[in-house]
Amino acid sequence: MSGGELKKWHEIPIAGIPWKFSTEYKTGDWRSERPIINHNKCVKCLFCYIYCPEMSIKINWTSDGSRPEKVEVDYEFCKGCGICAEVCPVKAINMELEKR
Amino acid sequence: MVEEQVEMLLNGDFAVAWAWKHVEPDVVAAFPITPQTLIVEKFAEFVANGEVRTQFINVESEHSAISAMVGAAAAGARTATATAANGLQLMHEILYIVSSMRLPVMMAVANRAVSGPINIHCDHTDAMGQRDAGWIMLFTEDAQEAYDTTIQAFKISENPDVLLPTMVCLDGFLVSHTAMNLKVFGNPKIVKDFVGEVRPVARIKLMGEEVELSLNPRNKIPLTFGPFCYYDYYFEFKRQQIEAMKAVPEIVERVNKEYYELSGRLYGNGRLVPWNVDDADIVAVVMGSAAGTLRWVARKYRERGTKIGILKVRMFRPFPWEEVQKLLENKEVVAVFDRAQDAGAMVGPLSLEVLSALYYSKNRPKNTVTYIFGLGGRDLTPELAEKTFEELIRIKEGKEKPFIKKYIGVRE
Repeated sequence: MSGGELKKWHEIPIAGIPWKFSTEYKTGDWRSERPIINHNKCVKCLFCYIYCPEMSIKINWTSDGSRPEKVEVDYEFCKGCGICAEVCPVKAINMELEKR
Repeated sequence: MVEEQVEMLLNGDFAVAWAWKHVEPDVVAAFPITPQTLIVEKFAEFVANGEVRTQFINVESEHSAISAMVGAAAAGARTATATAANGLQLMHEILYIVSSMRLPVMMAVANRAVSGPINIHCDHTDAMGQRDAGWIMLFTEDAQEAYDTTIQAFKISENPDVLLPTMVCLDGFLVSHTAMNLKVFGNPKIVKDFVGEVRPVARIKLMGEEVELSLNPRNKIPLTFGPFCYYDYYFEFKRQQIEAMKAVPEIVERVNKEYYELSGRLYGNGRLVPWNVDDADIVAVVMGSAAGTLRWVARKYRERGTKIGILKVRMFRPFPWEEVQKLLENKEVVAVFDRAQDAGAMVGPLSLEVLSALYYSKNRPKNTVTYIFGLGGRDLTPELAEKTFEELIRIKEGKEKPFIKKYIGVRE
């Protein structure tokens, strides 16, 4: 919930209700391991997309929209859980230590 | 105008069940535990007979019962549950969630000693274990007050300035299983009009819109309840809860007064019920059914000219410390009767509150003592109360040294 100017207690809704969309809470900085997709190996089966608990797999579709052209990770939100690497049937995703 | 009422022979538990029947909450979920069982047993009967349209959820534990309350109340339902002792302890973690999510849940607690050793009889240790959970806590003295306070609790909790859960405590067995002739409203509609036909739904401002504070998918902006909250905002939400508590004393007083107009029954100012405190030299501070015993004994002393007053604390949370401070100003002897113990603390929980209040008084009482009594259902008989009063009189006359803490009725 960080980012921006912090509000006072009487400026926020009661009951712990979030007053911003969850897309404004960038969770990418929680990550200690970064999934790297080897696009030469990737068969675009979209298993990673289905299993990702954070909706952090982005799909680029072909111009006619008939099939996925490229699969990418949204590093602003990916928490680095590694589920995508685990479920990838062709081992196209590698988890690498995050260096910051 | 005082409304028409009918006299019934009910124990405290049945009185709560009848109050629920008249309020007709949308959802009730509870797990049986002595001495509370009769409440849900009776109410389940009303549900089974089709006398109320309440959704009754059978759950596998108290943890689930209170969790069901969270879901139902977040969806906007009027909710009620009941428990006691270890059941209340099992609810512990969820109690904080209920109050922080600002859910106006009504809960009856038939006060019982907490194991171990296992015991089913009355003391206040169970409720005292929850005193920091952010709930409003009202203690009742008899079945009539339990009926009346249960109805009031809905109205207090659901007030948009409050939105906090209320615990209505009744002494296990002493109130919960003791039958008395009491008055209930003949026409349940009077109660429904009093609390409102449906639970009022609070509104909050969000993203420039006014939205319902409920888990309603038809809401203009659908809400998330109970999300993660970091060190950057947790404190602010807690600060809001403290502020909500500040509104409670006045609402309790107002609801008590409005209820009086319907029923003809008034419980002090809703927070404290003083009996002959103003001119008293000696004041006993007490909660629950023992207030009746002490008053009955004190009456005899009054007849003989000994000025003893009884201050019943009805609202324990938020604790009306400023009023307590004022009422006890300049007294010769103040004795706090605590039906709970806190091994390792200076005194009992009620006494800690009273002592804290008195610390800031410019006109502190000359002597303040604490009696721990009634643990695990140990009786506070009139004879024991009398012995205690005699001791207080000796302290007042300087014939006996005051003390910090003593125990009534334990074999030393």
